[in-house]
Amino acid sequence: MKNEVLSKTIHEVSADLKAKKVSSVELTKAALDHLEEIEPKVQSFITITRDEALKRAAEADQRLASGKDVTPLTGVPLAIKDLLCTKGIRTTCASRMLETFVPPYNATVVEKLYEAGAVSVGKTNMDEFAMGSSTESSFYKKTRNPWNLNCVPGGSSGGSAACVSSDQAFGSLGSDTGGSIRQPAALCGIVGLKPTYGRVSRYGLIAFASSLDQVGPFAKDVEDCGLLLGAIAGQDPKDSTSADLPVPDYAAEMKKGVKGLRVGIPKEFFPAGLNQEVADAVKKAIVELEKQGAKVEEVSLPASPYGLAAYYVLAPSEASSNLARYDGVRYGLRVPGENIVEMYSKTRAAGFGPEVKRRIMLGTYALSSGYYDAYYLKALKVRRLIKQDYDKAFGKVDVIATPTAPNPAFRFGEKTGDPLSMYLEDVFTVSINITGLPGLSVPCGMSESGLPIGLQLIGKAFDEATLLRTAYAYEQATEWHKQKPALKES
Amino acid sequence: MALSEKDVQYVAKLARLEVTDPEVAKYTQQLANILEYVEQLNKLDTTQVEPLTHPLDVKNVFRPDEPKPSLTQAEVLSNGPEVQSGHFKVPKIM
Repeated sequence: MKNEVLSKTIHEVSADLKAKKVSSVELTKAALDHLEEIEPKVQSFITITRDEALKRAAEADQRLASGKDVTPLTGVPLAIKDLLCTKGIRTTCASRMLETFVPPYNATVVEKLYEAGAVSVGKTNMDEFAMGSSTESSFYKKTRNPWNLNCVPGGSSGGSAACVSSDQAFGSLGSDTGGSIRQPAALCGIVGLKPTYGRVSRYGLIAFASSLDQVGPFAKDVEDCGLLLGAIAGQDPKDSTSADLPVPDYAAEMKKGVKGLRVGIPKEFFPAGLNQEVADAVKKAIVELEKQGAKVEEVSLPASPYGLAAYYVLAPSEASSNLARYDGVRYGLRVPGENIVEMYSKTRAAGFGPEVKRRIMLGTYALSSGYYDAYYLKALKVRRLIKQDYDKAFGKVDVIATPTAPNPAFRFGEKTGDPLSMYLEDVFTVSINITGLPGLSVPCGMSESGLPIGLQLIGKAFDEATLLRTAYAYEQATEWHKQKPALKES
Repeated sequence: MALSEKDVQYVAKLARLEVTDPEVAKYTQQLANILEYVEQLNKLDTTQVEPLTHPLDVKNVFRPDEPKPSLTQAEVLSNGPEVQSGHFKVPKIM
């Protein structure tokens, strides 16, 4: 039987912890028991860290008893995507290549959660090296969507989304290179935020595409999302691309309301043929914002439809370079060979799955002599055109509203046969990574078949506060975030 | 720019990936589909556009060159598939 306390949000349970209505050890045990009970159905985790979690929970209880250094995350069970390095805890990137990899250090975001007193219950499943939109490319298991166990949870951070949606954890961290937080958040009916590039440290985040990757939170509601972002944001001396900017008080900022806020609607994100249920839900959400005093106007992002094509040159190119490090020498798998090149080639053939190999080859091709100008350089130029469109639009509006994903969750195997059809899942999310802007997905509806739909809000660089404020105002007026999945097949 | 099986074999070699013949056939078709999709970038005129490598302004970040504790040799070697006398051991190179 699930303990009802697990249905609460972080801000609710944090109040209970502070009031000593429940201890962190009790809460963590309840979370782990529920996690393990439903895990055969949902399969969110690659590694469950019960002992480590209970140890941290006991430490959190001491902190709560002393009343010193207590934060809203102190004693709260969370989960961490398995591409964030955790000292002494295996970190696999859902790849056979890193099956035995035990990092000797923590990612900065993990360190920050620990410093805040949070408890981690485990490492979540994902697409291999974060390459995918359904979590089906994991070497280890298929995570199932809590709203319909026959459907994917989205990806690449599918485990981080499914575990929060099904109350296995109160919140989680994921990473987003082309939509890998926002799309699974939308498909699992929770809140997910990709911060501005540079807002959160990437130190200890295992790299996929370094100019696009960002770490961000999954949460049950917008208020929790702000709490988690506040805990992980800020400059880090270990990441030279992290921004030297103050981190606002998101909890206070988000409650300011949307009266007078200018919301832009780009027609390019509502193409003919867009899933009707998605289009209707998003349009209704925009009407709700208007009701609350936001000013809605059309904006144009003419180059953004080319974002996906540019992304599938840029991301694989960066990946082909980043993943060169998996050579069987310093960590991970090694398959013996007669000489070093044979060892490299056999190791990489055995360690990487098909999607990773596809992207490495695509990127290697785009960067190879004779094709560099036609593909990589061309994509970088289109990247600037896309950026210019957004700069122009943000001269007129404060926030842009679009669908997060073109469809609700799809079934297992539906898109694995045709890689391009899987890539098209990212059509509304990639341009935000290309431009470095922040993006948030908040639940805004349900399909007739009972699958969640997400509203994507896009903000100015480093203006996560306005995204949270818009999403918070919308959420307060709606009930979508309060619905819970049944963990059934249909 | 039609992609051939020879191109895929060449790229796999550059990327140090051993591939089988059936894999080459499959990847050739899949990569060709993706590249065909990517071709739409050519519809945009970019003759006057500078490439953008980084989404936001980045600048060099400097810090004082002061020694600080770092990982121990044992920690650094702890994940090595084959380690000997404080080194990573590899098959013959020459």
